[in-house]
Amino acid sequence: MSALSDYRRREESITMSSEPVGMGETHELLTLNIGPHHPATHGVLRLIATLEGEVVRDIKPIIGYVHTGIEKTAEQKSYWKAIPVVERMDYLSYYFNAMAYCGAVETLLGIEVPPRAQYLRIIHLELNRIMSHLVWLGTSALDLGAMSMFWYCFRERETILDLFEMSSGQRMHTRYFQVGGVIEDIPAGFARNVQRFIDEMPSRADQYADLLEKNEILLSRLRDTCVLDEQTLLGWGVTGPLLRAAGNPWDLRKAAPYSSYDHFDFRIPVGTVGDNYDRFRVRHAELYESTKIIQQALNGLPEGPHIVEDRKVALPPRHELATSMESLIHHFKLVTEGFRVPEGECYYPIESPRGELGCFVRADGSAKPARVHMRDPSFVNLQATAPMVKDAYIADLIATLAMVDPVLGGVDR
Amino acid sequence: MPDQTGLEALAQQLSEALAGSVLATSHAHGRAEIQIAPEQNVAVLAWLRAQGYSFLASLHGVDYYPHEPRLGVIYELLDMRNVDRVSVKARVSTDEPSIASVLELWPGADFPEREVYDMFGVRFDGHPDLRRILMPEDYEGHPQRRDFPVGGEPVLFTYNETDGYGADR
Repeated sequence: MSALSDYRRREESITMSSEPVGMGETHELLTLNIGPHHPATHGVLRLIATLEGEVVRDIKPIIGYVHTGIEKTAEQKSYWKAIPVVERMDYLSYYFNAMAYCGAVETLLGIEVPPRAQYLRIIHLELNRIMSHLVWLGTSALDLGAMSMFWYCFRERETILDLFEMSSGQRMHTRYFQVGGVIEDIPAGFARNVQRFIDEMPSRADQYADLLEKNEILLSRLRDTCVLDEQTLLGWGVTGPLLRAAGNPWDLRKAAPYSSYDHFDFRIPVGTVGDNYDRFRVRHAELYESTKIIQQALNGLPEGPHIVEDRKVALPPRHELATSMESLIHHFKLVTEGFRVPEGECYYPIESPRGELGCFVRADGSAKPARVHMRDPSFVNLQATAPMVKDAYIADLIATLAMVDPVLGGVDR
Repeated sequence: MPDQTGLEALAQQLSEALAGSVLATSHAHGRAEIQIAPEQNVAVLAWLRAQGYSFLASLHGVDYYPHEPRLGVIYELLDMRNVDRVSVKARVSTDEPSIASVLELWPGADFPEREVYDMFGVRFDGHPDLRRILMPEDYEGHPQRRDFPVGGEPVLFTYNETDGYGADR
């Protein structure tokens, strides 16, 4: 057959069964420190790897290097001022962090978000998903030796960041989502630019596939490496593309639709085996599906307000401040004290690019949250790296880490 | 999540299966919650897992200062087949903050339990590797508790490196 299977055969001829340790120089265990500053760990992650020759017997992830106490900081801010703080957790999917947090607060307040705001949120969430997957694809391909992919992916990412800048004024950590809707309606020309991007994106994704799908190095490093079955993944709490790659089609956008995801026609890509190749294919296929969702949201974008009319929660429009005393008072109260949220607890899960992102908010009746906790998928998924790479090669460890796609800002929070 | 009646039925079955395990139920903001006796947490969670709530979506801590018992450990369970969620809450006091580890049910509870230990000081009995996870190993105190002050961390410079936090390292 091909050279690829030849390579695998040679690989498989090496025995990986565990042998007694300390029987001489050849059977020595080596403890290798990887990171915290290492390009292949995708952030400030440290791994203590126990190696027997070139085979990984165990890894211990050590995290906390970029812990910034965001959950504690959020408790010191009024509800709407905590949004920019929680956005900085998972720095590749800031719209998702804001969505989970705002969703939790809206549930506690009992607010119904206007349809136009829901659609605008979906457009930005899915653009963000594509952007996050592009960063993953570029950096992962870089780990596997395909340098040019990085430039292509970041070219498209740049287009998305320009779109974010157009709608919110910021390229990253946009603070576009507010409690009750979005801060501003999209500017003139935004829809046209998004249309131009989603017309182009599928063909770009085809090009990535052409570059990678027939790349023998990539295929031999991904296929049949570090397989973990569905049940084990569920035990480890893994969600998102990693779980879907093992054949479980769990996706909160379909299973428990939020923000009118049930209005759209899209499919959930699933894998069959659960190896690194499936993880790669599932995320790559999601690029197309996100494009389809954006197209439908853009076509069906309803008219109406972009944020709730409730002045106790949302800032009044700027022009009203000059004419209405009441608006001025509302504005003043919101900016100085913020709004109060009735007592209660809420867990609001959404599907982030990496899996279930759940925001737990406890309100004690004051204007500041009493507890904000983010169930970040990177934090939970990272645990599954150890069972994945057990008895695999150290080169496969690097490939697996790339395919797990942990974002250390989300892991450490 | 189960509706109000479904939650009551579930809690009823649970208290019949494990006497004295259910302390309270609450159904608000689209969230069904069962408060349980902390010493029975593993049995309760194993029972709920057998009922189909087999996925541990999240495990986190809460500080209910000034209410007693102050600390809460919350397990968000998910039934993927019926797309159903239920929250289980166990309250422990700060004097004796310990609860059994659920690692035998879900290996994925490893990092979250370490995080709750780190941030709130709840000890998980039976956890094989209960160390701090996000804060430095020699850190004192549990920063997510509500009575832990904000902004009191001295920064080490050359002139004060002989005193202050971390100077003896």
